[in-house]
Amino acid sequence: MEIFQWDTNPWGQETLIRISWDLLYLFFWAGIAFIVFHVLYAAVWLPRLAREAANGGGGEAAAGIPEKIERHTLAARLFHWVMAAAMLALLVTGFFPIIGIQFAWVTIHWIAGVVLTISIIYHVIHASFYLDFWSIWLLPADLAEAAQRVKRQLGGSGGGVQRHAKYPLDHKLYHTAVMLAGLAVIGTGLVMMFRIENPLVTSNAYLLAEETWGLMYALHGLGAVLFVMLTLTHIYFAVRPDKFWLTKSMIFGSVDREQYLAHHDPSRWVVSEKPAASQEPAKN
Amino acid sequence: MAVIRDKMPAFQLFQPASTGEALGVLDQYGADAWVLAGGLDSWDWFKDRVKKPAAVVDLGGIESLRSIRSFGGTVEIGAMATLREVVRNPDVSSQFSLLVEATELAASPQIRNQGTIGGNIGQDTRCWYYRDGWSCYRAGGNICYADTPTAMNREHAILGASRCVAVNPSDTAPALVALDAEMVVENSGGQRVIPAQDFFIGPAIDIMRMTVLQPGDILTSIRIPSTWAGQRFYFEKSRDRAVWDFPLANVASAARITNGVIEDIRIVANGVAPYPVRFTAAEDAVRGEAVSDETAERAGEIAIRGVRPLAHNGYKVALLRNLVKRSVRGAEA
Repeated sequence: MEIFQWDTNPWGQETLIRISWDLLYLFFWAGIAFIVFHVLYAAVWLPRLAREAANGGGGEAAAGIPEKIERHTLAARLFHWVMAAAMLALLVTGFFPIIGIQFAWVTIHWIAGVVLTISIIYHVIHASFYLDFWSIWLLPADLAEAAQRVKRQLGGSGGGVQRHAKYPLDHKLYHTAVMLAGLAVIGTGLVMMFRIENPLVTSNAYLLAEETWGLMYALHGLGAVLFVMLTLTHIYFAVRPDKFWLTKSMIFGSVDREQYLAHHDPSRWVVSEKPAASQEPAKN
Repeated sequence: MAVIRDKMPAFQLFQPASTGEALGVLDQYGADAWVLAGGLDSWDWFKDRVKKPAAVVDLGGIESLRSIRSFGGTVEIGAMATLREVVRNPDVSSQFSLLVEATELAASPQIRNQGTIGGNIGQDTRCWYYRDGWSCYRAGGNICYADTPTAMNREHAILGASRCVAVNPSDTAPALVALDAEMVVENSGGQRVIPAQDFFIGPAIDIMRMTVLQPGDILTSIRIPSTWAGQRFYFEKSRDRAVWDFPLANVASAARITNGVIEDIRIVANGVAPYPVRFTAAEDAVRGEAVSDETAERAGEIAIRGVRPLAHNGYKVALLRNLVKRSVRGAEA
């Protein structure tokens, strides 16, 4: 299996062109393998951990907790679904022609890329000024929690493992991976606009040196194939019955009190007593 | 870089006697196989050592692919019929003089004796960056050397380009699209019939192919329905050398005209885009109109909407406008 594609330029030099499309299949099957692993893990391992957790935690009084707790504001949900639509369009237009489904994909691809870029810019501003910016980021305290959780997974004591704050550790990890892959595809994608016909920039194949263009294509490809795996696993978790309450919250905005108490630590994700509709911005 | 040599790279040569046998070989070798028709495009590639197939399947021995026959008004031309045989066929010349004109102008007599109709419509682009073996988009790379600020792109596309600006050089292709022909394609999975207009694809769809033909496919015949038989045709080719050359631009039109009014028309040009371009907006604009200079002028103006000339091919805009205009006005004007 090759990782990169190389070619000979007119001066006889070997130059990087892009990633090898073997990586597309590798990341696709890695995503499938992860899903299969998780299905087995969830069937065999999780019930045992759940029994242990049931012995040691929960039981907080529901007093003061509203029946519906806003998890995602309307603005945050709109961003999520616009980004999801753009990402799916990018994946379909980017990879279907490679697997043999031919259609005129370039225009749809760059338009979806621009939509994704705008939605991400909006998200960065929105999250920076209107949401609890740090709630989704991996912080030093998360590393300790991660160590405790791994220890528990491996059969060690579950003592001291807190329930989640607003965003569980796996969500933070996923967000970090999406951010890194997103930066790679958006940054390189915007530069690659200079290689295609579009009304936003005048194409200029000589904007960068040949090797730099190759690097752009390779980074774009790497980010994109990573997104194949990330999207597969994301959709898998979104449709899992035990995670569906989270998916519903991304549609309707809120979670039930029972779900909140079962999965979250009220001291780490503090909610007000006001009804969901009239709450302060939920600082998500 | 392409270096013309006397010897081609070694390959396995297959000379099947039937389409089924040829399809079997193509199946066996997949993308490493090359279908050889008249050889006029293929030998260049091989001698330049740019294309190095493992197997070459010569269709010259399959008699059934050479026949030209008529049934129920439709003329079916075997893909291996030579250009000369197409020109001299009485059914083709009596009903579809458009194709005869285009075929005669495609090449010199010597080449028409050797070249086939299937080879002519399936030929690859003549972009010299690509044919010289440069690692451009069409060759699997990530750049179009013809669309750079210093490129020599006098012969390249003004329409329909998407990253690659190479043009389709066929003269018979626009005539077949204008005649609403159908391409019969076979592979080991069976047969499919594709309208000529959909047979040619641009780089937006697949930057490495000019037609829908995939490895394992053979174009077996071309069917021309009677729809446009005997109507008013127009073909004109503009080229650098009058004796013989690839087109800078060509135009083919088929028009149904009653009492000087255009009832229906199909206008197609090649050499200006990576595929034969049909000007449906221009057709719509002139349908129902009287044949006149004004009508023709309007069609020409509509045809050049959306053109994007490169550094050295701006002349093609005026050329295309005038060719379309003349194709509407007709040869009599």
